[in-house]
Amino acid sequence: MQTRTVPQPGWSFEYIMWIFTRISGLAMVCLGAIGVIGALILGARTQLDLPTLIRWTFFPNPNHVVNSDIPDVTLGWANAYWQIMQMLLVFFGVSHGFNGVRVVIEDYIGMTFWRPLMRGLLFLLWLFFLIIAVYVILAS
Amino acid sequence: MDKSVGLQGIRYKGGGTMLAWVLHRIGGLAMVVFVGMHVLSGFSMQQFGSDIGTAINTVYESPYFQVFIYFFVIFHILNGLRIIVLDVWPKLLQYQREVTWLQWLVFVPVYGLAVFLMIQKALAGG
Repeated sequence: MQTRTVPQPGWSFEYIMWIFTRISGLAMVCLGAIGVIGALILGARTQLDLPTLIRWTFFPNPNHVVNSDIPDVTLGWANAYWQIMQMLLVFFGVSHGFNGVRVVIEDYIGMTFWRPLMRGLLFLLWLFFLIIAVYVILAS
Repeated sequence: MDKSVGLQGIRYKGGGTMLAWVLHRIGGLAMVVFVGMHVLSGFSMQQFGSDIGTAINTVYESPYFQVFIYFFVIFHILNGLRIIVLDVWPKLLQYQREVTWLQWLVFVPVYGLAVFLMIQKALAGG
């Protein structure tokens, strides 16, 4: 039977990713809260309907609020601050998600040669989505 | 010994907490697929004015899809918070079943409200 080795106390990739999953989850909730509060300060109460506000909360990208009553999206909604918030969200989200995929797959793949292969593939996909997402953010 | 668990997982009587684990996992995978496709569609719309990208994103903007995905998103967030709380205070693990019930009690009104608002907007011609 293919099983995982018994985890040893001390620092390991698995342990760090375990901690990171929790931290990144909380970070995404906090970034969402920052998005909502920022939107309300910018005037979301009169300018956005609720679904648009929620879209903004999940990801504060100006494309998410273009079809709303905001007179000019470039004033306050499309600046470097929100770009940085988006990049933080992308980093935490993509890493959190791909780590999750890794955990799910590793429940079914044991200590064979498929493991490092799969991890390598996931690593490349992780990098790919990070880069694509940052490009979308900067070109929005 | 090379045993595959196969479908025995369905017979395992894990109860509410196992249901939470399954929904958390399915939701996580669903979100990875959804967000991945959404990023790729947005990218191709932005860079190439792609029709496929626009079509995929139109599906994502439809209220039916959103009702579906919001179930998993809100559940994943609430369940994740429960997991974090139990990881930070392991003594609470003896109350795992009760906390899971509490989580559903929070989930139902939050998701219910979300569905109500989405359907309302859709019926009003959103």
